[in-house]
Amino acid sequence: MRALTWHGKHDVRVDTVDDPDILNPRDAILKITSTAICGSDLHLYDGYIPTMQAGDILGHEFMGEVVEIGRDSTLQKGQRVVVPFTIACGSCFHCSKHQYSACDNGLPADNQDIAQTLYGQPMSGLFGYSHMTGGYAGGQAEYVRVPFSDVGPIVIPDGIEDDKVLFLSDILPTGWQAAENAEIEPGDTVAVWGCGPVGLFSVQSAFLMGAERVIAIDHFPHRLELARKFGAETINFEETKTYEALMEMTGGIGPDACIDAVGLEAHGFFADNVWDQIKASTFLGTDRTHSIRQAILACRKGGRVSMPAVYGGFVDKFPLGAFMEKGLTLKTGQTHVQHYLPGLLNAIMEEKIDTTFLISHRLSLEQAPDGYKMFHDKQNEVTKVVLKPGLDLARVP
Amino acid sequence: MADVRDRTGHDDAPLSTAKDGERAQIVASELDGAKGDTLSGKTVTINRPRDELFAVWRDFSNLPKFLDNVISVEQLSDGRSHWTVRGPGERTVEWTSVVTQETPGELIAWTTEEGADVPNSGRIEFRDAPGGRGTWVTATVLYDPPASVVGKIVAKMFQREPAIQARRDLRRFKQFMETGEVATAARTRKQLDEENA
Repeated sequence: MRALTWHGKHDVRVDTVDDPDILNPRDAILKITSTAICGSDLHLYDGYIPTMQAGDILGHEFMGEVVEIGRDSTLQKGQRVVVPFTIACGSCFHCSKHQYSACDNGLPADNQDIAQTLYGQPMSGLFGYSHMTGGYAGGQAEYVRVPFSDVGPIVIPDGIEDDKVLFLSDILPTGWQAAENAEIEPGDTVAVWGCGPVGLFSVQSAFLMGAERVIAIDHFPHRLELARKFGAETINFEETKTYEALMEMTGGIGPDACIDAVGLEAHGFFADNVWDQIKASTFLGTDRTHSIRQAILACRKGGRVSMPAVYGGFVDKFPLGAFMEKGLTLKTGQTHVQHYLPGLLNAIMEEKIDTTFLISHRLSLEQAPDGYKMFHDKQNEVTKVVLKPGLDLARVP
Repeated sequence: MADVRDRTGHDDAPLSTAKDGERAQIVASELDGAKGDTLSGKTVTINRPRDELFAVWRDFSNLPKFLDNVISVEQLSDGRSHWTVRGPGERTVEWTSVVTQETPGELIAWTTEEGADVPNSGRIEFRDAPGGRGTWVTATVLYDPPASVVGKIVAKMFQREPAIQARRDLRRFKQFMETGEVATAARTRKQLDEENA
Protein backbone atom coordinates (compact mmCIF):
# COMPACT_ATOMS: atom_id res chain seq x y z
CA MET A 1 0.00 0.00 0.00
CA ARG A 2 0.99 3.67 -0.16
CA ALA A 3 1.58 5.50 3.12
CA LEU A 4 2.88 8.84 4.36
CA THR A 5 6.09 8.11 6.23
CA TRP A 6 8.35 10.20 8.44
CA HIS A 7 12.05 10.36 7.64
CA GLY A 8 13.29 13.34 9.62
CA LYS A 9 12.81 17.04 10.08
CA HIS A 10 10.70 18.47 7.24
CA ASP A 11 11.08 15.16 5.41
CA VAL A 12 7.89 13.17 4.93
CA ARG A 13 7.35 10.95 1.89
CA VAL A 14 4.74 8.74 0.36
CA ASP A 15 6.27 5.26 0.28
CA THR A 16 5.11 1.81 -0.73
CA VAL A 17 5.00 -0.48 2.31
CA ASP A 18 3.46 -3.85 3.20
CA ASP A 19 -0.29 -3.91 3.84
CA PRO A 20 -1.32 -4.37 7.47
CA ASP A 21 -2.48 -7.76 8.78
CA ILE A 22 -4.96 -8.82 11.45
CA LEU A 23 -2.69 -9.71 14.37
CA ASN A 24 -4.98 -9.92 17.38
CA PRO A 25 -8.54 -11.22 17.81
CA ARG A 26 -10.07 -7.78 18.36
CA ASP A 27 -8.32 -6.11 15.37
CA ALA A 28 -9.91 -4.70 12.26
CA ILE A 29 -8.33 -3.41 9.04
CA LEU A 30 -9.74 -0.26 7.48
CA LYS A 31 -9.45 1.06 3.98
CA ILE A 32 -8.92 4.76 4.63
CA THR A 33 -11.32 7.15 2.95
CA SER A 34 -10.39 10.40 4.75
CA THR A 35 -7.53 11.34 7.05
CA ALA A 36 -6.52 14.76 8.33
CA ILE A 37 -3.20 16.37 9.15
CA CYS A 38 -3.36 17.52 12.77
CA GLY A 39 -1.60 20.58 14.17
CA SER A 40 0.26 18.16 16.40
CA ASP A 41 1.58 16.33 13.32
CA LEU A 42 3.51 19.51 12.57
CA HIS A 43 5.58 18.92 15.69
CA LEU A 44 6.63 15.56 14.30
CA TYR A 45 7.31 17.37 11.03
CA ASP A 46 9.42 19.94 12.86
CA GLY A 47 11.36 17.15 14.55
CA TYR A 48 10.42 18.15 18.12
CA ILE A 49 9.10 14.79 19.22
CA PRO A 50 11.62 12.18 20.31
CA THR A 51 11.35 8.41 19.75
CA MET A 52 10.39 8.77 16.09
CA GLN A 53 11.92 6.26 13.69
CA ALA A 54 12.51 6.64 9.96
CA GLY A 55 9.65 5.00 8.08
CA ASP A 56 7.02 5.55 10.80
CA ILE A 57 3.56 6.03 9.27
CA LEU A 58 1.89 9.20 10.58
CA GLY A 59 -1.75 10.15 11.11
CA HIS A 60 -4.13 9.88 14.06
CA GLU A 61 -7.26 11.48 12.57
CA PHE A 62 -8.81 9.02 10.15
CA MET A 63 -11.85 7.08 9.04
CA GLY A 64 -12.59 4.42 6.52
CA GLU A 65 -14.34 1.27 5.47
CA VAL A 66 -13.94 -2.01 7.36
CA VAL A 67 -12.32 -4.51 5.00
CA GLU A 68 -11.12 -7.20 7.39
CA ILE A 69 -12.00 -8.22 10.94
CA GLY A 70 -10.47 -10.38 13.65
CA ARG A 71 -12.43 -13.14 15.40
CA ASP A 72 -13.54 -10.91 18.32
CA SER A 73 -14.20 -7.66 16.46
CA THR A 74 -17.81 -6.50 16.61
CA LEU A 75 -17.54 -4.60 13.32
CA GLN A 76 -18.75 -5.89 9.97
CA LYS A 77 -17.03 -5.66 6.63
CA GLY A 78 -18.35 -2.73 4.62
CA GLN A 79 -19.19 -0.55 7.62
CA ARG A 80 -17.87 3.01 7.63
CA VAL A 81 -16.23 3.97 10.91
CA VAL A 82 -14.38 6.85 12.54
CA VAL A 83 -11.52 5.79 14.82
CA PRO A 84 -10.49 7.55 18.08
CA PHE A 85 -6.84 8.62 18.14
CA THR A 86 -6.50 7.06 21.60
CA ILE A 87 -6.04 3.28 21.64
CA ALA A 88 -7.95 1.91 24.63
CA CYS A 89 -8.96 -1.60 25.65
CA GLY A 90 -12.38 -0.92 27.14
CA SER A 91 -11.98 -3.42 29.96
CA CYS A 92 -9.40 -2.09 32.44
CA PHE A 93 -10.26 -0.04 35.54
CA HIS A 94 -9.76 3.29 33.75
CA CYS A 95 -11.78 2.34 30.68
CA SER A 96 -14.60 1.17 32.95
CA LYS A 97 -14.62 4.73 34.34
CA HIS A 98 -14.58 6.08 30.77
CA GLN A 99 -11.09 7.48 31.30
CA TYR A 100 -10.05 6.01 27.98
CA SER A 101 -6.90 8.04 27.43
CA ALA A 102 -5.62 6.60 30.72
CA CYS A 103 -6.14 3.01 29.52
CA ASP A 104 -3.75 0.54 31.16
CA ASN A 105 -3.51 -1.77 28.17
CA GLY A 106 -3.34 0.40 25.05
CA LEU A 107 0.46 0.51 25.00
CA PRO A 108 2.54 -2.57 24.25
CA ALA A 109 4.17 -3.70 27.51
CA ASP A 110 7.68 -2.83 26.39
CA ASN A 111 6.67 0.71 25.37
CA GLN A 112 5.18 1.47 28.78
CA ASP A 113 8.53 2.03 30.47
CA ILE A 114 9.18 5.49 29.00
CA ALA A 115 5.85 6.98 30.09
CA GLN A 116 6.05 5.20 33.43
CA THR A 117 9.42 6.82 34.07
CA LEU A 118 8.32 10.28 32.88
CA TYR A 119 4.82 10.42 34.31
CA GLY A 120 4.67 7.76 37.00
CA GLN A 121 2.23 5.57 35.09
CA PRO A 122 1.86 4.67 31.42
CA MET A 123 -0.96 6.21 29.35
CA SER A 124 -3.05 4.84 26.48
CA GLY A 125 -1.55 4.23 23.06
CA LEU A 126 -1.91 6.72 20.19
CA PHE A 127 -1.89 6.14 16.45
CA GLY A 128 1.04 7.45 14.42
CA TYR A 129 2.70 9.48 17.14
CA SER A 130 6.18 8.19 18.05
CA HIS A 131 7.23 5.08 19.87
CA MET A 132 6.66 6.61 23.28
CA THR A 133 2.95 6.38 22.55
CA GLY A 134 3.22 2.82 21.31
CA GLY A 135 4.76 3.01 17.87
CA TYR A 136 1.44 2.21 16.21
CA ALA A 137 1.26 2.89 12.47
CA GLY A 138 -1.03 5.83 11.70
CA GLY A 139 -3.84 6.35 9.24
CA GLN A 140 -2.29 8.60 6.59
CA ALA A 141 -2.17 5.53 4.39
CA GLU A 142 -4.38 3.40 2.21
CA TYR A 143 -4.98 0.90 5.03
CA VAL A 144 -4.57 0.78 8.79
CA ARG A 145 -4.69 -1.89 11.49
CA VAL A 146 -7.05 -0.85 14.32
CA PRO A 147 -6.60 -2.68 17.65
CA PHE A 148 -9.58 -3.06 20.03
CA SER A 149 -11.94 -2.43 17.13
CA ASP A 150 -14.89 -3.55 19.28
CA VAL A 151 -14.34 -0.56 21.59
CA GLY A 152 -12.97 2.43 19.68
CA PRO A 153 -14.49 2.92 16.24
CA ILE A 154 -17.96 4.38 15.86
CA VAL A 155 -20.12 3.24 12.94
CA ILE A 156 -21.33 6.08 10.70
CA PRO A 157 -24.83 5.77 9.23
CA ASP A 158 -25.12 5.85 5.44
CA GLY A 159 -25.67 9.22 3.84
CA ILE A 160 -23.42 11.28 6.11
CA GLU A 161 -20.34 12.36 4.20
CA ASP A 162 -16.85 11.89 5.62
CA ASP A 163 -16.14 15.60 6.04
CA LYS A 164 -18.95 15.98 8.56
CA VAL A 165 -17.74 13.22 10.90
CA LEU A 166 -13.98 12.87 10.36
CA PHE A 167 -13.15 15.19 13.25
CA LEU A 168 -14.85 12.89 15.73
CA SER A 169 -11.47 11.15 15.72
CA ASP A 170 -9.74 13.82 17.79
CA ILE A 171 -10.26 17.57 17.56
CA LEU A 172 -14.04 17.76 18.02
CA PRO A 173 -14.16 15.64 21.20
CA THR A 174 -11.00 17.41 22.37
CA GLY A 175 -12.67 20.81 22.01
CA TRP A 176 -15.83 19.47 23.64
CA GLN A 177 -13.96 17.94 26.59
CA ALA A 178 -12.12 21.23 27.04
CA ALA A 179 -15.43 23.07 27.40
CA GLU A 180 -16.78 20.37 29.70
CA ASN A 181 -13.67 20.67 31.87
CA ALA A 182 -14.34 24.42 32.12
CA GLU A 183 -17.54 23.54 34.04
CA ILE A 184 -19.47 26.32 32.35
CA GLU A 185 -22.43 27.84 34.17
CA PRO A 186 -25.19 29.99 32.66
CA GLY A 187 -24.05 33.59 32.43
CA ASP A 188 -20.39 32.70 32.23
CA THR A 189 -17.81 34.48 30.14
CA VAL A 190 -15.33 31.96 28.76
CA ALA A 191 -11.96 32.95 27.31
CA VAL A 192 -10.30 30.64 24.79
CA TRP A 193 -6.60 30.95 23.98
CA GLY A 194 -5.91 29.67 20.47
CA CYS A 195 -8.27 29.49 17.49
CA GLY A 196 -6.87 26.37 15.94
CA PRO A 197 -9.30 23.51 15.39
CA VAL A 198 -9.50 22.59 19.09
CA GLY A 199 -10.00 26.20 20.15
CA LEU A 200 -12.71 26.74 17.53
CA PHE A 201 -14.53 23.59 18.61
CA SER A 202 -14.20 24.77 22.23
CA VAL A 203 -15.89 28.03 21.22
CA GLN A 204 -18.84 26.16 19.68
CA SER A 205 -19.03 23.74 22.60
CA ALA A 206 -18.92 26.50 25.22
CA PHE A 207 -21.94 28.22 23.67
CA LEU A 208 -23.81 24.89 23.49
CA MET A 209 -23.07 24.41 27.20
CA GLY A 210 -24.64 27.74 28.08
CA ALA A 211 -21.83 30.29 28.06
CA GLU A 212 -23.16 33.84 27.77
CA ARG A 213 -20.03 35.13 26.09
CA VAL A 214 -16.90 33.60 24.60
CA ILE A 215 -13.77 35.64 24.01
CA ALA A 216 -11.35 34.05 21.54
CA ILE A 217 -7.66 34.95 21.44
CA ASP A 218 -5.30 34.41 18.51
CA HIS A 219 -3.17 36.38 16.05
CA PHE A 220 -4.24 34.89 12.71
CA PRO A 221 -6.98 37.16 11.30
CA HIS A 222 -8.65 34.35 9.37
CA ARG A 223 -8.90 32.16 12.47
CA LEU A 224 -10.30 35.03 14.53
CA GLU A 225 -12.85 35.57 11.78
CA LEU A 226 -13.96 31.92 12.09
CA ALA A 227 -14.35 32.33 15.86
CA ARG A 228 -16.44 35.46 15.29
CA LYS A 229 -18.70 33.47 12.97
CA PHE A 230 -19.62 31.24 15.90
CA GLY A 231 -20.49 34.27 18.02
CA ALA A 232 -17.23 34.81 19.86
CA GLU A 233 -15.73 38.21 20.57
CA THR A 234 -12.07 38.32 19.67
CA ILE A 235 -8.70 39.58 20.84
CA ASN A 236 -5.75 39.75 18.44
CA PHE A 237 -2.81 39.47 20.82
CA GLU A 238 -0.45 41.05 18.35
CA GLU A 239 -2.40 44.28 18.49
CA THR A 240 -3.91 44.12 21.94
CA LYS A 241 -2.66 43.61 25.51
CA THR A 242 -4.50 40.39 26.28
CA TYR A 243 -4.71 40.55 30.09
CA GLU A 244 -5.72 44.20 30.09
CA ALA A 245 -8.34 43.60 27.40
CA LEU A 246 -9.82 40.60 29.21
CA MET A 247 -10.12 42.61 32.41
CA GLU A 248 -11.78 45.54 30.62
CA MET A 249 -14.10 43.24 28.66
CA THR A 250 -15.29 41.60 31.90
CA GLY A 251 -15.76 44.72 34.00
CA GLY A 252 -12.55 44.09 35.94
CA ILE A 253 -13.59 40.61 37.08
CA GLY A 254 -11.75 38.34 34.65
CA PRO A 255 -13.27 35.44 32.68
CA ASP A 256 -15.14 32.84 34.71
CA ALA A 257 -13.44 30.06 32.83
CA CYS A 258 -10.27 30.03 30.74
CA ILE A 259 -9.41 27.42 28.12
CA ASP A 260 -5.82 27.08 26.98
CA ALA A 261 -6.01 25.57 23.50
CA VAL A 262 -2.52 26.64 22.50
CA GLY A 263 0.20 24.70 24.30
CA LEU A 264 2.15 23.27 21.46
CA GLU A 265 -0.91 21.95 19.70
CA ALA A 266 0.89 18.70 20.23
CA HIS A 267 -0.17 15.34 21.55
CA GLY A 268 3.42 15.21 22.36
CA PHE A 269 6.20 15.17 24.79
CA PHE A 270 9.12 17.40 25.67
CA ALA A 271 8.24 19.72 22.86
CA ASP A 272 7.27 22.53 25.20
CA ASN A 273 10.69 22.31 26.78
CA VAL A 274 12.29 22.69 23.43
CA TRP A 275 9.99 25.50 22.44
CA ASP A 276 10.47 27.35 25.71
CA GLN A 277 14.21 27.11 25.24
CA ILE A 278 14.01 28.47 21.72
CA LYS A 279 11.82 31.31 22.93
CA ALA A 280 14.17 32.04 25.77
CA SER A 281 17.28 31.96 23.67
CA THR A 282 15.88 34.17 20.92
CA PHE A 283 13.98 36.60 23.19
CA LEU A 284 10.77 36.13 21.25
CA GLY A 285 7.48 37.29 22.69
CA THR A 286 5.88 34.97 25.16
CA ASP A 287 2.18 35.33 24.37
CA ARG A 288 1.68 32.07 22.58
CA THR A 289 3.56 29.50 24.55
CA HIS A 290 2.86 31.15 27.84
CA SER A 291 -0.87 30.97 27.35
CA ILE A 292 -1.39 28.83 30.43
CA ARG A 293 0.40 31.40 32.61
CA GLN A 294 -1.72 34.17 31.16
CA ALA A 295 -4.91 32.15 31.58
CA ILE A 296 -4.20 31.66 35.28
CA LEU A 297 -3.47 35.34 35.78
CA ALA A 298 -6.58 36.54 33.92
CA CYS A 299 -9.03 33.98 35.33
CA ARG A 300 -11.43 35.38 37.90
CA LYS A 301 -11.06 34.42 41.56
CA GLY A 302 -12.49 30.95 42.19
CA GLY A 303 -12.70 30.33 38.42
CA ARG A 304 -11.88 27.33 36.30
CA VAL A 305 -8.95 26.72 33.98
CA SER A 306 -9.22 24.01 31.35
CA MET A 307 -6.13 22.90 29.49
CA PRO A 308 -6.68 20.79 26.37
CA ALA A 309 -3.33 22.08 25.16
CA VAL A 310 -0.70 19.41 25.43
CA TYR A 311 2.33 19.75 27.62
CA GLY A 312 4.75 16.89 27.86
CA GLY A 313 7.60 17.89 30.08
CA PHE A 314 8.19 20.78 32.46
CA VAL A 315 7.20 24.42 32.35
CA ASP A 316 9.21 27.15 33.99
CA LYS A 317 7.66 29.95 36.03
CA PHE A 318 4.30 28.29 36.52
CA PRO A 319 2.31 30.87 38.54
CA LEU A 320 1.56 28.52 41.40
CA GLY A 321 1.01 31.39 43.80
CA ALA A 322 -1.75 33.01 41.72
CA PHE A 323 -3.25 29.60 41.15
CA MET A 324 -3.40 28.87 44.86
CA GLU A 325 -4.29 32.30 46.20
CA LYS A 326 -7.21 32.71 43.78
CA GLY A 327 -8.49 29.22 44.48
CA LEU A 328 -8.60 28.14 40.85
CA THR A 329 -9.49 24.70 39.55
CA LEU A 330 -7.43 23.19 36.73
CA LYS A 331 -8.70 20.30 34.64
CA THR A 332 -6.79 18.77 31.77
CA GLY A 333 -5.80 15.53 30.06
CA GLN A 334 -5.71 13.76 26.74
CA THR A 335 -9.20 13.28 25.37
CA HIS A 336 -11.36 10.33 26.40
CA VAL A 337 -12.56 10.20 22.79
CA GLN A 338 -14.58 6.99 23.07
CA HIS A 339 -16.71 8.52 25.83
CA TYR A 340 -17.90 11.42 23.66
CA LEU A 341 -18.49 9.73 20.30
CA PRO A 342 -22.18 8.76 20.48
CA GLY A 343 -23.30 12.17 21.80
CA LEU A 344 -21.20 14.15 19.35
CA LEU A 345 -22.25 12.05 16.35
CA ASN A 346 -25.82 12.86 17.33
CA ALA A 347 -25.05 16.55 17.63
CA ILE A 348 -23.58 16.48 14.11
CA MET A 349 -26.60 14.64 12.70
CA GLU A 350 -28.93 17.11 14.37
CA GLU A 351 -26.79 19.91 12.89
CA LYS A 352 -26.04 21.44 16.28
CA ILE A 353 -22.34 21.30 15.51
CA ASP A 354 -20.71 22.14 12.19
CA THR A 355 -17.27 20.76 11.47
CA THR A 356 -16.92 21.23 7.73
CA PHE A 357 -16.18 24.96 8.01
CA LEU A 358 -12.70 24.02 9.15
CA ILE A 359 -11.53 22.21 6.04
CA SER A 360 -9.55 24.54 3.81
CA HIS A 361 -7.82 21.95 1.60
CA ARG A 362 -8.65 18.49 0.27
CA LEU A 363 -5.70 16.63 -1.25
CA SER A 364 -4.86 13.14 -2.43
CA LEU A 365 -2.59 10.92 -0.35
CA GLU A 366 0.19 11.36 -2.90
CA GLN A 367 0.03 15.12 -2.28
CA ALA A 368 0.46 14.67 1.49
CA PRO A 369 4.04 16.03 1.62
CA ASP A 370 2.77 19.24 -0.05
CA GLY A 371 -0.05 19.30 2.49
CA TYR A 372 2.42 19.22 5.37
CA LYS A 373 4.52 21.99 3.91
CA MET A 374 1.49 24.16 3.20
CA PHE A 375 -0.03 23.63 6.65
CA HIS A 376 3.34 24.35 8.21
CA ASP A 377 4.08 27.52 6.22
CA LYS A 378 0.65 29.16 5.95
CA GLN A 379 -1.25 28.81 9.20
CA ASN A 380 -3.53 31.72 8.50
CA GLU A 381 -5.13 30.37 5.34
CA VAL A 382 -4.60 26.66 5.89
CA THR A 383 -6.91 25.71 8.74
CA LYS A 384 -7.22 22.00 7.99
CA VAL A 385 -5.87 19.66 5.34
CA VAL A 386 -7.82 16.47 4.66
CA LEU A 387 -6.22 13.69 2.62
CA LYS A 388 -8.39 11.47 0.47
CA PRO A 389 -6.55 8.32 -0.67
CA GLY A 390 -9.41 7.69 -3.12
CA LEU A 391 -8.52 10.84 -5.06
CA ASP A 392 -5.32 9.17 -6.26
CA LEU A 393 -7.29 6.41 -7.95
CA ALA A 394 -9.69 8.91 -9.44
CA ARG A 395 -6.83 10.64 -11.20
CA VAL A 396 -5.50 7.53 -12.91
CA PRO A 397 -6.42 8.09 -16.57
CA MET B 1 1.11 -15.26 53.28
CA ALA B 2 1.13 -11.62 52.34
CA ASP B 3 4.00 -10.11 50.42
CA VAL B 4 7.29 -9.96 52.24
CA ARG B 5 7.40 -6.96 54.51
CA ASP B 6 10.00 -5.46 56.73
CA ARG B 7 9.79 -7.45 59.96
CA THR B 8 11.98 -5.01 61.85
CA GLY B 9 9.08 -2.63 62.23
CA HIS B 10 10.28 0.43 60.31
CA ASP B 11 7.26 0.72 58.03
CA ASP B 12 4.63 -1.21 56.09
CA ALA B 13 6.23 -1.07 52.64
CA PRO B 14 7.26 -4.23 50.76
CA LEU B 15 10.93 -5.12 51.09
CA SER B 16 11.34 -4.99 47.34
CA THR B 17 11.07 -1.21 47.65
CA ALA B 18 13.76 -0.93 50.33
CA LYS B 19 16.65 1.41 49.66
CA ASP B 20 18.96 -1.11 51.28
CA GLY B 21 19.57 -3.84 48.70
CA GLU B 22 20.78 -6.30 51.31
CA ARG B 23 17.25 -6.78 52.49
CA ALA B 24 16.95 -9.31 49.68
CA GLN B 25 18.44 -11.63 52.31
CA ILE B 26 15.33 -11.25 54.42
CA VAL B 27 13.21 -12.28 51.45
CA ALA B 28 15.51 -15.21 50.85
CA SER B 29 15.11 -16.33 54.43
CA GLU B 30 11.39 -16.74 53.88
CA LEU B 31 11.67 -18.85 50.72
CA ASP B 32 12.22 -22.60 50.70
CA GLY B 33 15.43 -23.31 48.81
CA ALA B 34 16.05 -19.69 47.89
CA LYS B 35 18.45 -19.23 44.99
CA GLY B 36 19.91 -15.97 43.78
CA ASP B 37 20.82 -12.71 45.45
CA THR B 38 19.23 -10.09 43.22
CA LEU B 39 15.67 -9.18 44.20
CA SER B 40 12.91 -8.11 41.85
CA GLY B 41 9.43 -7.48 43.17
CA LYS B 42 6.50 -5.97 41.32
CA THR B 43 2.77 -5.73 41.83
CA VAL B 44 0.12 -5.16 39.18
CA THR B 45 -3.65 -4.76 39.61
CA ILE B 46 -5.70 -6.92 37.28
CA ASN B 47 -9.40 -6.28 36.87
CA ARG B 48 -10.33 -10.00 37.12
CA PRO B 49 -11.22 -12.37 40.00
CA ARG B 50 -8.37 -13.95 42.01
CA ASP B 51 -9.33 -17.57 41.37
CA GLU B 52 -9.46 -17.06 37.60
CA LEU B 53 -5.99 -15.51 37.55
CA PHE B 54 -4.56 -18.23 39.76
CA ALA B 55 -6.00 -20.99 37.58
CA VAL B 56 -4.55 -19.54 34.37
CA TRP B 57 -1.11 -19.09 35.93
CA ARG B 58 -1.09 -22.50 37.62
CA ASP B 59 -1.47 -24.19 34.24
CA PHE B 60 2.15 -23.48 33.34
CA SER B 61 1.54 -24.36 29.70
CA ASN B 62 -0.30 -21.01 29.46
CA LEU B 63 2.75 -18.99 30.49
CA PRO B 64 4.40 -18.66 27.05
CA LYS B 65 1.29 -16.78 25.89
CA PHE B 66 2.27 -13.75 27.96
CA LEU B 67 5.75 -14.37 29.41
CA ASP B 68 7.69 -12.92 26.51
CA ASN B 69 10.89 -14.90 26.76
CA VAL B 70 9.46 -18.21 27.84
CA ILE B 71 9.52 -20.52 24.84
CA SER B 72 7.98 -23.52 26.54
CA VAL B 73 7.15 -24.98 29.95
CA GLU B 74 6.88 -28.74 30.08
CA GLN B 75 5.08 -30.11 33.11
CA LEU B 76 6.91 -33.02 34.74
CA SER B 77 5.84 -35.08 37.75
CA ASP B 78 5.99 -34.05 41.43
CA GLY B 79 5.32 -30.36 40.85
CA ARG B 80 8.41 -30.11 38.62
CA SER B 81 8.49 -28.35 35.28
CA HIS B 82 11.13 -27.84 32.62
CA TRP B 83 11.56 -24.30 31.28
CA THR B 84 13.11 -23.18 28.01
CA VAL B 85 13.71 -19.44 27.93
CA ARG B 86 15.30 -17.00 25.51
CA GLY B 87 18.54 -15.62 26.90
CA PRO B 88 20.72 -12.74 25.77
CA GLY B 89 21.57 -12.75 22.08
CA GLU B 90 20.68 -15.95 20.28
CA ARG B 91 21.07 -18.14 23.35
CA THR B 92 18.37 -20.11 25.08
CA VAL B 93 18.66 -21.01 28.74
CA GLU B 94 16.96 -23.93 30.50
CA TRP B 95 16.16 -25.03 33.99
CA THR B 96 13.99 -27.39 35.92
CA SER B 97 11.84 -25.73 38.51
CA VAL B 98 10.02 -27.28 41.45
CA VAL B 99 6.97 -25.88 43.24
CA THR B 100 7.92 -25.52 46.88
CA GLN B 101 4.68 -24.10 48.17
CA GLU B 102 1.19 -23.77 46.80
CA THR B 103 -1.99 -22.31 48.29
CA PRO B 104 -4.84 -22.52 45.77
CA GLY B 105 -6.09 -19.11 44.76
CA GLU B 106 -3.30 -17.35 46.64
CA LEU B 107 0.28 -18.39 46.16
CA ILE B 108 2.76 -20.41 44.12
CA ALA B 109 6.42 -20.52 45.16
CA TRP B 110 9.23 -22.21 43.26
CA THR B 111 12.92 -22.82 43.13
CA THR B 112 15.21 -24.21 40.45
CA GLU B 113 16.95 -27.57 40.74
CA GLU B 114 20.70 -28.09 40.53
CA GLY B 115 22.19 -27.41 37.09
CA ALA B 116 19.93 -24.47 36.16
CA ASP B 117 21.45 -22.07 33.60
CA VAL B 118 20.01 -19.17 35.59
CA PRO B 119 19.32 -20.26 39.18
CA ASN B 120 16.19 -18.50 40.42
CA SER B 121 13.48 -18.76 43.01
CA GLY B 122 10.47 -16.76 43.97
CA ARG B 123 6.76 -16.66 44.35
CA ILE B 124 3.69 -15.27 42.70
CA GLU B 125 0.88 -14.10 44.97
CA PHE B 126 -2.72 -13.27 44.29
CA ARG B 127 -4.64 -11.01 46.69
CA ASP B 128 -8.04 -9.36 46.46
CA ALA B 129 -7.48 -5.71 45.57
CA PRO B 130 -9.11 -3.21 47.94
CA GLY B 131 -12.28 -1.52 46.77
CA GLY B 132 -13.39 -4.41 44.54
CA ARG B 133 -10.84 -3.51 41.89
CA GLY B 134 -9.92 -7.08 41.03
CA THR B 135 -6.70 -8.74 42.11
CA TRP B 136 -3.22 -7.65 43.14
CA VAL B 137 -0.68 -9.93 41.54
CA THR B 138 2.79 -9.74 43.05
CA ALA B 139 5.79 -11.47 41.55
CA THR B 140 8.86 -11.71 43.78
CA VAL B 141 11.89 -13.18 42.06
CA LEU B 142 15.37 -13.87 43.38
CA TYR B 143 17.90 -14.69 40.72
CA ASP B 144 21.56 -14.82 39.88
CA PRO B 145 22.21 -12.47 36.98
CA PRO B 146 23.47 -14.43 33.97
CA ALA B 147 27.19 -15.07 34.23
CA SER B 148 28.52 -11.82 35.65
CA VAL B 149 27.97 -8.10 35.94
CA VAL B 150 28.95 -7.86 32.29
CA GLY B 151 26.38 -10.53 31.55
CA LYS B 152 23.76 -8.47 33.30
CA ILE B 153 24.58 -5.37 31.30
CA VAL B 154 24.46 -7.35 28.07
CA ALA B 155 21.19 -8.91 29.18
CA LYS B 156 19.76 -5.48 29.95
CA MET B 157 20.69 -4.22 26.51
CA PHE B 158 18.81 -7.10 25.01
CA GLN B 159 16.00 -6.61 27.51
CA ARG B 160 16.39 -10.11 28.82
CA GLU B 161 17.16 -8.89 32.31
CA PRO B 162 14.85 -10.54 34.81
CA ALA B 163 13.86 -7.38 36.73
CA ILE B 164 12.80 -5.54 33.56
CA GLN B 165 11.30 -8.68 32.16
CA ALA B 166 9.24 -9.35 35.29
CA ARG B 167 7.68 -5.90 35.12
CA ARG B 168 6.85 -6.21 31.44
CA ASP B 169 5.61 -9.78 31.76
CA LEU B 170 3.21 -8.79 34.54
CA ARG B 171 1.83 -6.10 32.21
CA ARG B 172 1.41 -8.71 29.49
CA PHE B 173 -0.37 -11.04 31.93
CA LYS B 174 -2.67 -8.13 32.81
CA GLN B 175 -3.35 -7.42 29.12
CA PHE B 176 -3.99 -11.08 28.39
CA MET B 177 -6.44 -11.43 31.27
CA GLU B 178 -8.21 -8.07 30.89
CA THR B 179 -8.39 -7.83 27.11
CA GLY B 180 -7.93 -11.40 25.87
CA GLU B 181 -4.84 -10.48 23.90
CA VAL B 182 -1.34 -9.04 24.28
CA ALA B 183 -1.02 -5.57 22.76
CA THR B 184 1.34 -5.14 19.83
CA ALA B 185 2.10 -2.16 17.65
CA ALA B 186 3.27 -4.36 14.79
CA ARG B 187 1.54 -3.62 11.49
CA THR B 188 2.25 -6.85 9.64
CA ARG B 189 2.50 -10.53 10.54
CA LYS B 190 6.15 -10.38 9.51
CA GLN B 191 6.91 -7.55 11.97
CA LEU B 192 5.12 -9.40 14.77
CA ASP B 193 7.11 -12.57 14.10
CA GLU B 194 10.34 -10.55 14.19
CA GLU B 195 9.33 -8.99 17.51
CA ASN B 196 8.66 -12.40 18.99
CA ALA B 197 11.80 -13.99 17.64
